[in-house]
Amino acid sequence: MGEILKNPVAAEKAAKGKNARENSGIRAAYQHHIWKKLFFMVFLLLLTLFLSAFIITIGPLDLSVWEVYHILYNELLVLLSTLLNLIFPNSFEVIETPGNVVWDIRFPRIVAGLLAGFGLGICGCVMQAVLKNPLASPFTLGISAGASFGVAVAAVLGVGIIGGPYLLVGNAFLFAMLCSLFIIGLASFKGATSETLILAGIAVNYLFSSLSSLFQYFATDEQLRLIVSWGMGDLAAFSWKNFPLLLVIFLICIPLIYLKANDLNLMTIGDESAKSLGVNANEVRIFTMLLASLLVATIVCFTGTIAFIGLVAPHVARMLIGADHRFLLPASGLLGALLLIASDAVALNIISPTTIPTGIMCSLLGVPFFIYLIVKGKRKEFW
Amino acid sequence: MVKLKVKDVIFGYSGTNILENVCFELGASELVSIVGPNGAGKSTLLKCIDRILTPKTGCVSVEEKDLREMGRLEVAKTLSYVPQSTVRVFPSTVFDTVLMGRRPHLSWFSGEKDKEKVWQVLELLGIEALALSSFNELSGGQQQKVLIARALVQETGVMLLDEPTSNLDIWHQLDVMEVVKKLVREKKVTGLMAVHDLNLASKYSDRIIMMKNGKIVAIGSPAQVLTSENIAAVYGVEADVSIQAKIPYVVPLKQLEAF
Repeated sequence: MGEILKNPVAAEKAAKGKNARENSGIRAAYQHHIWKKLFFMVFLLLLTLFLSAFIITIGPLDLSVWEVYHILYNELLVLLSTLLNLIFPNSFEVIETPGNVVWDIRFPRIVAGLLAGFGLGICGCVMQAVLKNPLASPFTLGISAGASFGVAVAAVLGVGIIGGPYLLVGNAFLFAMLCSLFIIGLASFKGATSETLILAGIAVNYLFSSLSSLFQYFATDEQLRLIVSWGMGDLAAFSWKNFPLLLVIFLICIPLIYLKANDLNLMTIGDESAKSLGVNANEVRIFTMLLASLLVATIVCFTGTIAFIGLVAPHVARMLIGADHRFLLPASGLLGALLLIASDAVALNIISPTTIPTGIMCSLLGVPFFIYLIVKGKRKEFW
Repeated sequence: MVKLKVKDVIFGYSGTNILENVCFELGASELVSIVGPNGAGKSTLLKCIDRILTPKTGCVSVEEKDLREMGRLEVAKTLSYVPQSTVRVFPSTVFDTVLMGRRPHLSWFSGEKDKEKVWQVLELLGIEALALSSFNELSGGQQQKVLIARALVQETGVMLLDEPTSNLDIWHQLDVMEVVKKLVREKKVTGLMAVHDLNLASKYSDRIIMMKNGKIVAIGSPAQVLTSENIAAVYGVEADVSIQAKIPYVVPLKQLEAF
C-alpha cells in the first residue's frame, strides 16, 4: 500500500486492476442474467409439457394413468401409419380404434388450450409493445367484443358470410377482423397516438357490447343461451377438424411476429427514437398488429371470449424475465398456455361431472394471482 | 472539411412554417450549440436533420451525401440522435437499451461483436456498473448518459443532442457536457446540440447558432453570438455579458418591456 502511495504509476496500475475486476464481475453477472432467462424458458416449456401430460390423465371419466397412455400410444400409432401411408401408399396396415374420450375429447382440448393460450399470450404482448400501453390486449382493443357481436348476429338473424356449420365461427372471425382493421386503420392514420388507439378500442368495445346486448334483448331463449355461453369462453368447441386451419395460421403468424422481436423492443422507446435507429415505427405497428389480429380472430372465433390471458400473460412474463421481446414473446406465449390449460383442467374437474366454462375459471384463478404479483412482485424491469 | 451541410430547410404544418430557410455547415469534430427561446424550432431542426420529420424543401447532407437519397437504416448509420430522456412504460436494462443502438448494423441476431461494442462504450462513459439496472431506476444524469451511449454505439460521424442537460443539477450538467466534449475530441464525432443554458453553450461550444421563430439570427463563436444586443433581440431580456476565462458569461438582468 505504502509503495502504491509513493508511486503514481503503481497506483494507476492498481486502480486499473480493480476496474478490470469490477468489469469482469458485471460481465459475468450479465452472462448469468442471460442464462437465467434461458433456464427459465426451458423450465416453462418442461412445466407446460408435464402439466399437459398430467391433465390428460384426469377427467370426469375414471381412467387409470396406464389406460390413458395406452390409448394415446395406440392412437399415435394409427396417426403415424396413416401419415406414412400418404407417402408410401398401402404399405402400412391401419388398425381401427374405437372412439374414446382420451383421443377425441381430452387430447384435442389440451392441444387447443396450449395453442389458444400461446397465441393469446403472444398477441397481448405484441399489442402492449406497439401501443406502449400496459392496458392493451385483444379484449381492451374491442376485438373480442367484435367477435361476440358476430356470434349474436349469426345466432339471432342467421346471417353470415360463411353458411352451414361454420356460420357462428365465420361471423365471429369476420367481426373480430373488422374491429382490428378499424384499429389498425386508425394507427396508420397520421397523428394517431397509442392513447388514441386504446381509447378507440375501448369505445369500439362498448359499441359492440351494446349491439350484442340489443340482439340478446330480442333473442329467443335458445338463441340467448348460445350467445351467452359463447361469450363465457370455452375450449369445448375445438375438435380435430378445426386444427389444420388453426395450425396454418399459427405457422404463418408466429414466426413472422418473432422475426420482429428486436423491432418490438425499439417500439417501446417511442416512435421518434425508433425512427432515429432505423426502424419505421408505423410500419412495424401495422404489420405486427395485422398478424396479431389475424391470430386472435382465429383463436377467439373457436374459443369465445377468454379475455384475461392476453392481458395477464405478458405482464407476468415481463415481471419474471424482463422486457426483451426475444425472450418475452415466447415466455408470454408459454405462460398463456400454462394458465389456460391449468384453468381448463380446474374448470373441468372441480365440480365434476358439471363443467364450468374455461373463460370463467381463467379469470377466477388468474385475477387473484395477478393482483398478488402486482402487490408483491419485484418492481424492477416493468411499469 | 464540411461534415454536415444543411441547406434551405423549410418545415411546417399546413400553412405555418416552423423552420424557414435554415442554412449552415458543420466541420468535422466540431461541437455546435443551437440556442434560442422556447418554440424557436431548435428541436424541430434536429428532427428534420435526422429525417424523423420530413422537411417541405431543402437538403441535408453528410460528407456530400444527400440524406433524402438514403433509406432509414442508412440514415441511422450516418446520424445519431439523443432524445430528451423520458420515463418508459416498459423499461429494459441499461445494456439492452444501449444494444438497441446497434440495430442499424445488425440483422436479427446480435453477435458477440455488437455486445463487445456496447461494453466498450459503457466503459468509456463509466456506466458499465449500471449495465443490469433498469432504465427507469436511473437518475436523470445517468439516463442521459445511457442515451448518449446508445447513440455512440450507432457509430455515426454526427451526433444530434436534444437538450442533453435539461432537468439536471449543475454537477450532472457538467458531467454530461464533459462526456460530449470527450466524444468530440477523442472520437472525432461532430456534435450538434440544442441547449437552453447560454453559459453551458458558451463554455463548451466551438460555435453557437442562435435561432428565433424558425430562422437563424446569428452564427459564430460564443463571443460573436452571445452579445447583449443579440440576447435582447432574440430573448427580449436585458443581459450583462462579461468575459470570464476567455469565454462570454451571461447574467440575465430583466425582461424588456417593449418585447
